[in-house]
Amino acid sequence: MSEHQQIIKKGLPKGRSLWQDGLRRLRRRKLVMVCFAVIVSYFLLAGFIYLAELFDWQVGPIRWHEEVSKSYEPPSRENIFGTDIFGQSVLRKTLYGTKISMTVALCASLISIAIGVPLGAIAGYFRGFVDEIIVWIYSTLSSIPYILLILAFAIVLRDKTIFGYKLTGITTVYLAIGLTSWVGICRLIRGEVIKHKEREYILAAKSYGCGSQRIIFRHLIPNVFHLVIIDFSLRFVAFIHAEVILSFLGLGEAERPSWGAMINDARIELSRGVWWQMVAATAAIFFISLALNIFGDALRDSLDPKLRIQ
Amino acid sequence: MTTYIIRRLLYTIPIVFGVLLLTFVLFTLVGGDISIEIAGKNATAETIEEIREEYGLNKPLFLSWDSQFINHFKNALTFDFGRARDREPVIDKIKRGVGPSLALTVPMFLGIMIISVSLSLVVAFVRGSVWDILAVVICIIGMSIPYLSFILFGQYFLAYKWGLFPVFFSPDLSTAQYVTLPVLIGIVTGLGSNLRFYRTVMLDEMRSDYVRTAFAKGLTTRRVLFKHVLKNAMIPIITRVVLAIPFLFLGSLLLERFFGIPGLGYLMIEAIGSRDYFVINAMTYISAILFVVFNVITDICYAWVDPRVSFE
Repeated sequence: MSEHQQIIKKGLPKGRSLWQDGLRRLRRRKLVMVCFAVIVSYFLLAGFIYLAELFDWQVGPIRWHEEVSKSYEPPSRENIFGTDIFGQSVLRKTLYGTKISMTVALCASLISIAIGVPLGAIAGYFRGFVDEIIVWIYSTLSSIPYILLILAFAIVLRDKTIFGYKLTGITTVYLAIGLTSWVGICRLIRGEVIKHKEREYILAAKSYGCGSQRIIFRHLIPNVFHLVIIDFSLRFVAFIHAEVILSFLGLGEAERPSWGAMINDARIELSRGVWWQMVAATAAIFFISLALNIFGDALRDSLDPKLRIQ
Repeated sequence: MTTYIIRRLLYTIPIVFGVLLLTFVLFTLVGGDISIEIAGKNATAETIEEIREEYGLNKPLFLSWDSQFINHFKNALTFDFGRARDREPVIDKIKRGVGPSLALTVPMFLGIMIISVSLSLVVAFVRGSVWDILAVVICIIGMSIPYLSFILFGQYFLAYKWGLFPVFFSPDLSTAQYVTLPVLIGIVTGLGSNLRFYRTVMLDEMRSDYVRTAFAKGLTTRRVLFKHVLKNAMIPIITRVVLAIPFLFLGSLLLERFFGIPGLGYLMIEAIGSRDYFVINAMTYISAILFVVFNVITDICYAWVDPRVSFE
């Protein structure tokens, strides 16, 4: 029996897909798993607050507007982060702020993926005139400084009624961020699709008689989608920080607590020695950003060996 | 070379057109008629009509030589942005703000660039050691702390508590006095991401054969790092540096807000507060023009530092 036949008899070694291989590599790193747990717990907290609001459970974070103590009570055993000017618990406000930040960052990511990925794939696949138009659109957007672009969108969209739906608070924020930040992913996908469309599997799909739509959405996009995941695990941090800055500038959620608004309050309070509101918001932002930064880098290393940063 | 530059400049026309189209859609079509808002609560119909006349809001949107669409382009190309909500010409406001903004951002930019490029060379040289890991950890931690917190704590401790610097801008202070603390804070916040970026660039270079050859020749470490590696790492550095220059003009929104420096960032914050579309429109257009111009300059710089780049 030849060596070849022996292997076949024993059964071929099981192959691993890109995703399985990446996950296996991620699981080996303890720190990365800790970061993943942190990210998941932020999401769970945000989801929990949504559920609590929906079913009207009387839990801490959704009763943030309650007066628990005197105004500006320093941190104590009852109120871990003290109270703000209205005697509201800073801890509850911080927890509630998680919901606002995670919602904004998630919705902004979804909007920019929904715009950027198909546009990039179409531009890269068809080239020619369509490509030129799409490149023109994103070059135009990217020639305006990012912060100015977000501000312009946020200020114009604020309190506007579009298709009978009034844009308020966080809706404006994630629309402004989402509509302006698809350029990076679009450029990335376009470049990658240009490379992929010359490969054999696309030729095979074409020879089977697949239409352009099927090739783009069933063959090309799934094959470059790991880049989208990597890009967004790193970009999520930027979205959270953008939300904080917009809320700080008064363009975000006005009626409910958010981390940016808490920092804005703290600006005046610090001179009176009230530091706890500031520290609570900073800590909340710091831990999610740190976790996302480390996790994003690890994800890139494990899913895309070519892009590896040492 | 000349033909290359001319062709490159021609490419900018559609971009400028696109920016103007975008600002028109945003501020005129979506933003809508804000004359009632400008006039205030107790305005008469005549006042509102006068304001409409002044800003050209009573003209047709399209399909006329005197339409708002054509006027938007005409005004932008002649740099005539009309008057802001407080009746002062927008262009005067911008001219007044450029000075303080540049006084803040230029030293900040130079500081970040020089420190992070030279530190990245050192860190890339000691790659894999404890110092390298420490530097990366500090960078990631620095990137994760929100910008606002850096500013607030810096202002609170360094200026308010310990009195090392003035807390706020006031007209009788010299530029150096009011700018030092914001610049320091800006450098500290910018170091994290920049150092990490340049470190990656330098590491790519460090693995090249020419570095080994240079060491084998017996050149000193300093000479290899600052002469050979730095020169070869020039392309990514130039891209990052030249394209950052137009942003200097914008000033620093948050730093100016916290320290009350009357630059362009402060101007924008005021414009956001009063929903002054005219100021934001002018700023968007001017910064986009600067960005486009510096993009051309970057391309020319590539050709200048790297003879392999052709002009085709």
